[in-house]
Amino acid sequence: MIEQDLPDQDVADRDVLETDQPLLIAAGLGKSYGRIAACRDVSFSLYPGEVLAIVGESGSGKSTLLQLLSGQLAASAGHVSYRMRDGVTRDLATLGEAERRFLFRTDWGFVHQDPAQGLRMAVSAGANVGERLMAVGWNHYGRIRDTASDWLTRVEIDVARIDDAPRTYSGGMRQRLQIARNLVTEPRLVFMDEPTGGLDVSVQARLLDLLRSLVAELNLAVVIVTHDLAVARLLSHRVMVMKGGRVIETGLTDQVLDDPREPYTQLLVSSILPP
Amino acid sequence: MTAMIDVADAMKTFTMHLQGGIDLPVVSGVTFHVNAGECVVLSGPSGAGKSSILKMIFGNYRCDSGRIGIRHRGAVIDLATAEPRQILNVRRATIGYVSQFLRAVPRVATIDVVAEPLIMNGMARADAQARAGELLHRLNIPERLWRLPPATFSGGEQQRVNIARGFISDLPILLLDEPTASLDAANRAVVVELVAEKKRRGVAMVAIVHDDEIRHLIADRIVDVTSFAAAA
Repeated sequence: MIEQDLPDQDVADRDVLETDQPLLIAAGLGKSYGRIAACRDVSFSLYPGEVLAIVGESGSGKSTLLQLLSGQLAASAGHVSYRMRDGVTRDLATLGEAERRFLFRTDWGFVHQDPAQGLRMAVSAGANVGERLMAVGWNHYGRIRDTASDWLTRVEIDVARIDDAPRTYSGGMRQRLQIARNLVTEPRLVFMDEPTGGLDVSVQARLLDLLRSLVAELNLAVVIVTHDLAVARLLSHRVMVMKGGRVIETGLTDQVLDDPREPYTQLLVSSILPP
Repeated sequence: MTAMIDVADAMKTFTMHLQGGIDLPVVSGVTFHVNAGECVVLSGPSGAGKSSILKMIFGNYRCDSGRIGIRHRGAVIDLATAEPRQILNVRRATIGYVSQFLRAVPRVATIDVVAEPLIMNGMARADAQARAGELLHRLNIPERLWRLPPATFSGGEQQRVNIARGFISDLPILLLDEPTASLDAANRAVVVELVAEKKRRGVAMVAIVHDDEIRHLIADRIVDVTSFAAAA
């Protein structure tokens, strides 16, 4: 809270902060199935370049929330708004199907826990990455292939494997390919659902490290769902802890993990095994 | 002259919900200020709350009440009530923190661990690495180690990497938690020099130092933390 303005204040810097507007806004978001509420009254704003981790155990509502935020599930209550590339903030519910699909192909990414859900397993790696580019109107084969090779290199996949289908890839490679496919259109917002789940520990460390540097380089805004607090600590700026469909604690990641307030958060933090 | 750090009546209690909800008072009535170019050393026995106070100033621990006034970009911001985004901005532009232990990401080379704060603030990678190299050199980390991740280094080497990372930025406030704990005499002397240079540049510092000799060399003032002991 800025309380006092002093004469030597750096106006330019302040302006940058003040004109900075949220990219994604959730307001009073909820989803019920009959009498069962999977997710209740979730509100937050996500800014460009900000990584928000949603943590909690299975059944806490975190995956439902991710689907609501990404417009894949209709909310029973509340709204999700997104600031489009033209600077206009729109309610996702008012977007037409074509507009929503376009968002998903260009400005958004979605990294699934199971790469088979986010990739086409039978077509080549190059085509998996190139397909996103063609969907936004690229039509020069050579440029598409060059950009795809570039991205394979960035996610540390040997370019010699560009014509192989991801079903011949290891789990870690598939996940890195899924990331390349998502990032090739330079999205501003990426949703991630347990992106390191189901991978070996050493493969996980490599993926996390890669994600961390890509997110910083590209100034991506990310909403990441994870049950792994170490992943949240490494990747996120802010954390929301969910339990029984509600957000029970929220704050700066290191604050919530080093100084947890709620009984459930203290339980989560104390359950981490020492390395 | 406005103080760079102005802590007023800050209080911190841990409520341990898993231990039957007992309250563990840490500190209360914490009040002191730090001016530009000054190093204030917190003193008191282990468990008196020195590290907790440092963490409150960094926005890592939340305060129950009171105020943590930080001069940030020419205005005063209260970290006890600031939004997470504001705290992150303060950490990017104003407050650096040198913890006792290095929390490094696996696989990242030492030179990049040290250079990262500058790159994050927009400096070109090559320039940032050059500055990182100078600091590592001064702190006697041999060049053949710069390309390796620090995870396999000795405790003293890791601490020096951590110090290099903490001192590399030109931030106006620096918090030091036992920066010399596992260093030999030669490297302790380097840290004393680095602190003196920061003072000359007007950096406000708060430090925890157990070594009496180092404390005398760097402290402009000593704040006794035992006076902030929270009544149980």
